[in-house]
Amino acid sequence: MCITDMTAVELAAAIREGKATAVEALQAVLTRIEEKDKELNCYVTVDKEGALKQAVQVQEKIEKGELTGPLAGVPVAIKDNLCTEGILTTCASRILRNFVPTYTAKAVVNLQKAGAVILGKTNMDEFAMGSTTETSAYGVTRNPHNTEHVPGGSSGGSAAAVAAGECFYALGSDTGGSIRQPASYCGAVGMKPTYGTVSRYGLIAYGSSLDQIGPLTKDVRDCATVLEVIASHDDKDSTSLVRQDTDFTKALVEDVKGMRIGIPNDYLGEGLDEEVREAVLQAARVLEAQGAVVERFDLSLVEYAIPAYYTIAAAEASSNLERFDGIKYGYRTEEYTGLHHMYKKSRSEGFGEEVKRRIMLGSFVLSSGYYDAYYLKALRVKALIKKAFDEAFARYDMILGPVAPTTAPRLGESLADPIRMYLGDIYTIAVNLAGLPGISVPCGQDSKGLPIGMQLIGDCFQEKKLLRAAYTYEQYEKK
Amino acid sequence: MANIISDETIEYVGILAKLELSEAEKEQAKKDMGRMLDYIDKLGELDTTGVEPMSHVFPVQNVFREDVVTNGDAREQMLSNAPQEKDGMFMVPRTF
Repeated sequence: MCITDMTAVELAAAIREGKATAVEALQAVLTRIEEKDKELNCYVTVDKEGALKQAVQVQEKIEKGELTGPLAGVPVAIKDNLCTEGILTTCASRILRNFVPTYTAKAVVNLQKAGAVILGKTNMDEFAMGSTTETSAYGVTRNPHNTEHVPGGSSGGSAAAVAAGECFYALGSDTGGSIRQPASYCGAVGMKPTYGTVSRYGLIAYGSSLDQIGPLTKDVRDCATVLEVIASHDDKDSTSLVRQDTDFTKALVEDVKGMRIGIPNDYLGEGLDEEVREAVLQAARVLEAQGAVVERFDLSLVEYAIPAYYTIAAAEASSNLERFDGIKYGYRTEEYTGLHHMYKKSRSEGFGEEVKRRIMLGSFVLSSGYYDAYYLKALRVKALIKKAFDEAFARYDMILGPVAPTTAPRLGESLADPIRMYLGDIYTIAVNLAGLPGISVPCGQDSKGLPIGMQLIGDCFQEKKLLRAAYTYEQYEKK
Repeated sequence: MANIISDETIEYVGILAKLELSEAEKEQAKKDMGRMLDYIDKLGELDTTGVEPMSHVFPVQNVFREDVVTNGDAREQMLSNAPQEKDGMFMVPRTF
């Protein structure tokens, strides 16, 4: 077996057993990056030297028995909106083109403690605003399954790197589907945990009340394993939760007997591609054949999630991105007359189009006279959406549906019409509004050979149910 | 309702957002924002009377910790990210 074809857990086991070393694994993956990344552009930064140093150190610790965890020695790719001390962190924006953080994000620190080897930083939509990785200031990332298509976004670099074997697993962030959708487009597993499960410390904020960090992996076992390592309470994130049930690998059991699964009729309606629909329903039939009780139901309010989301996310973004002022870090324009002109010019030259669009919208919905009508209205609708989910989870253990209405669009097709692009988030976005966990699991390909993803959505804190169902499905498909 | 974003609104939002837009960008922003707001107006179809705005899903509030310094001195590294620095401080344009 080629080393880059191994899952993260398989590789770590091979390293523990002395069949491979962390350095060999790193070299194999660096070779793969050299072969493929010119075309795919999954990475903004590859930290070859740093990774080699880490791999040598980690290998020593494994041999001494100091590192015994299930991810020790495995190279990982990190989305470029997670701060990494000493490694360029750009958010795929021109405004942060030379920003080198002085500290590392908590989720990444947790990985390092577990013996991960940080390969580099993956491409994304600028400040995670986009669904295709085409708004990056550092060029588009291409889908490894068909390079004329996008990898999805915003964690497109992470998803493509996993799919292309340019890393063994990756971290992404999910504000409205940014882990689950690219995972679906690239044929990877991706999970957005319950809000507050993974510390956001060191994640460069987009929509703070919606952002969560999560894994993108080759299979469900890797997903549970990575989530178990990165989940932790953190004093440095005031929205971080104390959870005792983060032993997610315990959920890797092949058993869905009696599990109640609801498929929202609203998720199968207009706009859904026929091949995607059929693949997702086929996956549901597999779970049903394994003993799950599958039913259709009406979730309601689905069409209100996107307008509520874009109001709230833009509002939070306009506030969060005020920090980019050309003073403490990042880009400063060359010529200006006075302080305020410097702010405005630096920001206007540093931010891309989509980011400016959302900052403008966010500033507007928060402005006096419009705050109640737009921002508060959206927060009230969010409460209604949460209630609709509560009612669904009173009847079902989980909700099953597609991740996205179509498979990966062709490059260049999405950005011309922002609202159409936003509509592609229809099945993922409500999950962030309600703080729920959601997982994307590959469930086939369309006639063009592009991957299709099934999404499972759980009630807050019910990641284990999702992992169990996803694992059961995946094991069945392997047979 | 159809949202007609006026030139004044775009100027005002530009000030709030601290963005300097070219004439062409302003025209585009007017169109984009108008379309987006028309779309967001869909929320008006829902009766939200008596519904409390929900900013966070979990009622985690007032999270305090002891006011103790835990981070080390990273002044040099932090300043090395600044576009301009002088004598250990961030340098800004004249403000008066």
